[in-house]
Amino acid sequence: MTMMVAVDDAQKLSFKRPIGDGDTVIVYERHDCMRAVTVSPGSELQNRFGVFKHSDWVGKPFGSKVFSSKGGFVFLLAPTPQLWTLVLSHRTQILYLPDISFVVSCLEIVPGCVVLESGTGSGSLSTSLARAVAPSGHLFTFDFHEQRASSARADFQRNGLTSLITVTVRDIQGEGFPKQHEGSVDAVFLDLPQPWLAIPSASRCLKPDAVLCSFSPCIEQVQRTCETLRSSFTDIRTFEVLVRSYEIKEHCFAKSVSEEDGSPVGPPPQKRKQSTLPANKSEKTESNFSVMAKPCNTARGHTGYLTFARLTVLSN
Amino acid sequence: MEEEKLTGSEETSAAKANGLSEVNRGVAWDGCSVLLDINDGDRLVFSRLSPSASIKIGNKKCSLRPLVGCPFGSLFTVETGPSGPHLSRSAPSSTGNCVEEISKDEGQSVNEIRDNRSLIDNNTAQSLSSEDIEAMRSEGATGDEIVKALIANSSTFEKKTVFSQEKYKLKKQKKYAPKVLLRRPSMRSICETYFKKHPQRTGFMRVDTLSMLLSMANVGPYSDALVLDKLGGLVVGSVAERVGGTGYICSTYFGTVPYQIDIVRMFNLSSDVCARILQAPFSDLSPLQNAPSECAMSDPSDVRPGSPETAQPDPSNELLQDGDSLLDSRDNGDDTLTGQKPVKPGRKAPPEIVKSWKDNGFTSLIIAAPEMDVESLIMDLLPLLAYSAPFAIYHQYLQPLATCMHKLQASKMAIGMQISEPWLREYQVLPWRTHPHMQMNAFGGYILSGIRISNSNTGGVIEDKAA
Repeated sequence: MTMMVAVDDAQKLSFKRPIGDGDTVIVYERHDCMRAVTVSPGSELQNRFGVFKHSDWVGKPFGSKVFSSKGGFVFLLAPTPQLWTLVLSHRTQILYLPDISFVVSCLEIVPGCVVLESGTGSGSLSTSLARAVAPSGHLFTFDFHEQRASSARADFQRNGLTSLITVTVRDIQGEGFPKQHEGSVDAVFLDLPQPWLAIPSASRCLKPDAVLCSFSPCIEQVQRTCETLRSSFTDIRTFEVLVRSYEIKEHCFAKSVSEEDGSPVGPPPQKRKQSTLPANKSEKTESNFSVMAKPCNTARGHTGYLTFARLTVLSN
Repeated sequence: MEEEKLTGSEETSAAKANGLSEVNRGVAWDGCSVLLDINDGDRLVFSRLSPSASIKIGNKKCSLRPLVGCPFGSLFTVETGPSGPHLSRSAPSSTGNCVEEISKDEGQSVNEIRDNRSLIDNNTAQSLSSEDIEAMRSEGATGDEIVKALIANSSTFEKKTVFSQEKYKLKKQKKYAPKVLLRRPSMRSICETYFKKHPQRTGFMRVDTLSMLLSMANVGPYSDALVLDKLGGLVVGSVAERVGGTGYICSTYFGTVPYQIDIVRMFNLSSDVCARILQAPFSDLSPLQNAPSECAMSDPSDVRPGSPETAQPDPSNELLQDGDSLLDSRDNGDDTLTGQKPVKPGRKAPPEIVKSWKDNGFTSLIIAAPEMDVESLIMDLLPLLAYSAPFAIYHQYLQPLATCMHKLQASKMAIGMQISEPWLREYQVLPWRTHPHMQMNAFGGYILSGIRISNSNTGGVIEDKAA
């Protein structure tokens, strides 16, 4: 039983909730090297750090450090939608945390909401949408590619999300959303090559004042989408969201002792180890140790434009 | 393929679990909190639809009663009637259509090239005087009719480009036919409004940054979220909105006086959700403490953050309507439909819940305290998190977060750490006029995020949490 999104109290992360047979854990080797593994006693994980027996993991809390046969270690983390986004297999280009979090907030999704999504893609956003509507809401997600829909369904099953997500194979651009959703939907998300084709159907599904979001990499798509939105939607806004990351480095520099002051307070700098924190305050003030930060050299430059709009409320 | 549709009763229970009881989330009710958007964001006012609530537009004071029972997203204009100025429901704005007409005519506008070379700005273009306009008004002319008259009497209007004419028309409409849009308060609208109008009150928290904090901290159903919120309650309210009526939100504080979290009351959270927002001093939560400490609040079941011992709410908060304070303790408009006595958010956490937090650990930690020493905060609060639980810290300065990250790495208390700076840019998308907005906000703060881990090297089963 996995708890990517808790649908009852027993599933939530806790000191008292140990790793068990059948759980999905996220194996953390390094910040840029993680993978999802289903725990199965008798199985082993092999990586650069050695061989890890799953049976060693059962009974330990999530967040534990576990060791391989040759003394290397990894951390076992509880799955979350964020971690899933970083480890899932990419069948298509996916959305990442900055876009995902902005979409969920601007679509104003709260527990209990009914949300439509097209296309499902690799299920990165879908997993976060499931968390946002849980435990009583639902995500209906559509993809025109049968095999990808199938892979997404399998992922959601593995992650315990089937009560929250329904995957359907359907060409939303060609056929629109199914009629049964008309007038009952709290939010719609579109990630389609020609989203303007889906907008009339979306406008029938959304409740008045509810929000639609369309994600498009190209500005021409955005222009055409906004043009189409104007007849039934208001508050049309387009954004770009990005994140800049920073890296840190500690900096130790030698300090020369002034002869007038006599002997320095505390042990001389060169005896101090490089990577440990100063043991007491007087060492720190005397210390020539500081942490510097700088932006990372590489960054994601563009994912897509996010256009949000509210279904216009008509006055009767 | 199976396609599910929520039945009527499922929808009601969905709405209940949503934390809104039977109240239709889309319609303003008597006593609810609203956000009034005057003239497309020129002026933003939070208010509560109490019987005496009103709004002043220009020099006209209008009651807000007509808003009760109207769907959020409804548009109102100020009309003059026999009993004085009043808000009247109006049709959605027609500006969208005007823009479409421009795009159809774009062939024409390209051929007859208009520009502003001969327009002289000497204030003589308009032949209607302000007395003329007042006369029209007293004869019962609507705002739109006045705008039409102004256009007809402008000698330079015809010479302007189509886009310039559009701008002129919008400007006159704002002055003579002001619009009031009824908006539903939510994390997005509340955060954006404060960021636009009074950012210092919410620590310059921008909406994309707040969104990332919620995601990074894995806020969701059945979360036991530990929050240190010194932004007036913006973070506590946003977390509560996302968690819904399950789990708990523990708003913690150092010392004996809870931090003020009045912004929570703008979110229209139901009683079920408000009951989940608890306050507990750090001294109660700390594992070194076994019994809850005595605190300045004498009555544990009826603690309100607005009580005299706490910092007084800022009386000059222009975002709250005059004479209609959201902080009014006489307010009893919540949950009139269910007939329950409304639960105020922020009551003192009962001892059995505090114990369960100690036994299980919190599942999320968010710190938003730009003025406080972030390093000591994280050292105090991180041990309260369950292992593998994520944390996200918001700060305005980079250096303290860098020092914090380094310390956490060295002490092996956390992994997967990252310092992020969110970047947000808005675009104007109009035919022939698509470009980023001219004004852009330059800074949305920094976030240090990470995951707490067990730094014990023992290979046994679940350890005693006190280790």
